[in-house]
Amino acid sequence: MQLRTEPYVLNMGPVHPSTHGVFRMRVTLDGEAVLNLEPVFGYLHRGVEKLAEERAYSGVIPLTDRLDYVASMTNNLAYVLAVEKLAEIKVPERAEYLRVIMSELQRISAHLVSIGSFTNDSGCYFTPFLYMYREREKIVDLFDMVCGQRLLYNYMRIGGVSQDIPDEFLPALRKVVKHLPGRINEYDRLLSENEIFLARTKGVGILPKETAINIGASGPVLRSTGIEWDIRKKDPYSIYDRFDFDIPTGEAGDCYDRYYVRLQEMRQSIRIVEQALKQIPSGPVKADVPQLIRPPVGEAYGHVEGPTGEVGFHVVSDGGIAPYRCHIRAPSLMNLTGLYDMSVGWKVQDLIVIFGSFAITMGEIDR
Amino acid sequence: MVIPNIAVDAVRHLGAVAPDWPGHPWWHWVVFTLINIVFILVMIIGVIYIERRAIAWFAARTGPNRTGPFGLLQAIADAIKILLKEFITPMNADKIVFWIAPAVVFAPVIMIFAVVPFMNGAMLADLNIGILFVVAISSISTVGVFMAGWSSSNKYSMIGAMRLVASVISYEIPVVLALAGVVLIAGSLSLNDIVLAQQTVPFILVQPLGFFLLFVGGCAEINRSPFDLMEADSELVAGFHTEYSGMKFAMYYLGEYGEAVVMATIISTLFLGGWQWPFLPGWLWLILKIFLVFFTMVWTRATLPRVRIDQLMAVAWKFLFPLALINLLVTALQVLAGWPEDLLWLMGIVNYVLLGVLILLWSRMYKVGWGRIEV
Repeated sequence: MQLRTEPYVLNMGPVHPSTHGVFRMRVTLDGEAVLNLEPVFGYLHRGVEKLAEERAYSGVIPLTDRLDYVASMTNNLAYVLAVEKLAEIKVPERAEYLRVIMSELQRISAHLVSIGSFTNDSGCYFTPFLYMYREREKIVDLFDMVCGQRLLYNYMRIGGVSQDIPDEFLPALRKVVKHLPGRINEYDRLLSENEIFLARTKGVGILPKETAINIGASGPVLRSTGIEWDIRKKDPYSIYDRFDFDIPTGEAGDCYDRYYVRLQEMRQSIRIVEQALKQIPSGPVKADVPQLIRPPVGEAYGHVEGPTGEVGFHVVSDGGIAPYRCHIRAPSLMNLTGLYDMSVGWKVQDLIVIFGSFAITMGEIDR
Repeated sequence: MVIPNIAVDAVRHLGAVAPDWPGHPWWHWVVFTLINIVFILVMIIGVIYIERRAIAWFAARTGPNRTGPFGLLQAIADAIKILLKEFITPMNADKIVFWIAPAVVFAPVIMIFAVVPFMNGAMLADLNIGILFVVAISSISTVGVFMAGWSSSNKYSMIGAMRLVASVISYEIPVVLALAGVVLIAGSLSLNDIVLAQQTVPFILVQPLGFFLLFVGGCAEINRSPFDLMEADSELVAGFHTEYSGMKFAMYYLGEYGEAVVMATIISTLFLGGWQWPFLPGWLWLILKIFLVFFTMVWTRATLPRVRIDQLMAVAWKFLFPLALINLLVTALQVLAGWPEDLLWLMGIVNYVLLGVLILLWSRMYKVGWGRIEV
């Protein structure tokens, strides 16, 4: 028997503790159950794509930091890859290794944030969240060491990276890499078998395989449905073909799988960093590229596997010093398209958990 | 010099055997009313301190440590800050109800301490229906919370209040049944008599299932994690007190921790031997036990995620309710069979085995539903 009441509309957001920024959901509720959902976004629109057309190619890099501000390094990388493809620039070996190390560290730190805020959404009162932040802090310290910034790194350059790593970086990185797997196992033990956590996330918010493909989902959201799709393997950019790592996938495509895929991906990232640490050569870290470049007329698409999914930059050149057009493929936005199908019929509490399991960043969605 | 005499008499009276109710000297009521109010306020400051420091400790951070020695005065600093805040009444609020609600939430918390013995007979009123009084009065604050949720004309508040009413109605039943087991063994409803009955063995050893039920049900009833759905900060912003600010909000804050103190007091009085245990004065033991029970609540809060509303109901009706009935039945049979007083420890062992078997059995049988509706 189901007792139906008069449906009412609840405005969740734009200012709400669990909307990860300024996202708004117009939710029609029947008691606690979600009948209809209408996402409203655009509150954080800054016109990044238009701004990019006004800047020199190298000046766009700081803008990319501000897209997915939880994962600036991978955004930087996606953009510089596109421009390098456009201008046919060869990147020195050491710079490639540094890029891989930074992106993988960035992936770990972004996944820590996503898992932490996901547990927060499911109601763990900040404990796992702060554990995750404790580990993230160590990675952020490493980034601080190489580029002097803790959130918006602006580290990648067209043709390499902005500067070589300091001497104390590699020992510190080795320490972090040695220390992290134990911590990740600890969180695995704390959360993955937790009865209430399982009850809240297992079977909740299932994203069917077909829907996932149709909406263009990528990253952990796609992999949780069981599809082995990872740009690092399928279209190896930079030097990812030199490393040995697995693609963790889920089965059901529910919130638990999305969480668990992220947890396992952190382990794979550590594997990659360990291998890169062994192989890293010495040499220059930046190709001889002038500050103002004029790539030949044409277009190029650079994409990387970011923490939330495929981050892509489609850069069109008209031969001038600024991109004629710079389109950004934002994985959070693509993934979020599935929100309606996944959350209708569930309770308000599930809606928050489902929304949290995407690990979106509003900076990227609204651009 | 009337007042010093009263003070001396009062101090002497603290250790005396409780006379029948009514019939105390008039100052008994004055002194114990004051003691109750001061006790509850001091205990609230104590548990807030424990909560904040312990949660911080669990979450690998420091917690408040700047105000006073070890941050002990943080609660007072917060109180001063909150007193200076503006109180905003929403335009569409039902103003009278909106204003009364905080008092309705906080008053029962103080009232319950009327029947709690701090030492042998040192209590405001030794009611012979003590536990019934506790159960009845503690339900009143639900009305206050619902008043707050209804009058705020805010959907978050309303959802939170509705959740609270649903959970309190459900959890009242296993909690009362768990209390009934203790009453059967002690043979009295008076809290003082129940404490006296635990002279040799605290009831946690005799009634483990009852303790478990009361702890879980109590956490749900006072809305502590993992059952803190009514203010679920990640979903409902602040639940039923979303629209409250200033001192009215502080009343809820106090009421919430007051309820936690009450629940910890009931648990430690009924199951941990109340003021009994050697070496230290009785009231100190009681305070220590309250803090211990409260610390356990903080521990669960720091560790566990929140359950969903249908799971919350399921836990009450499918898990706790049958166990409470079985516990009551077994205890009644044990009492009816005339279990010898000096073999109480054997009864404890039997009940512990029963607890293990039942919980294993139920955790196998019991499955949490997925709670999706077809739209």
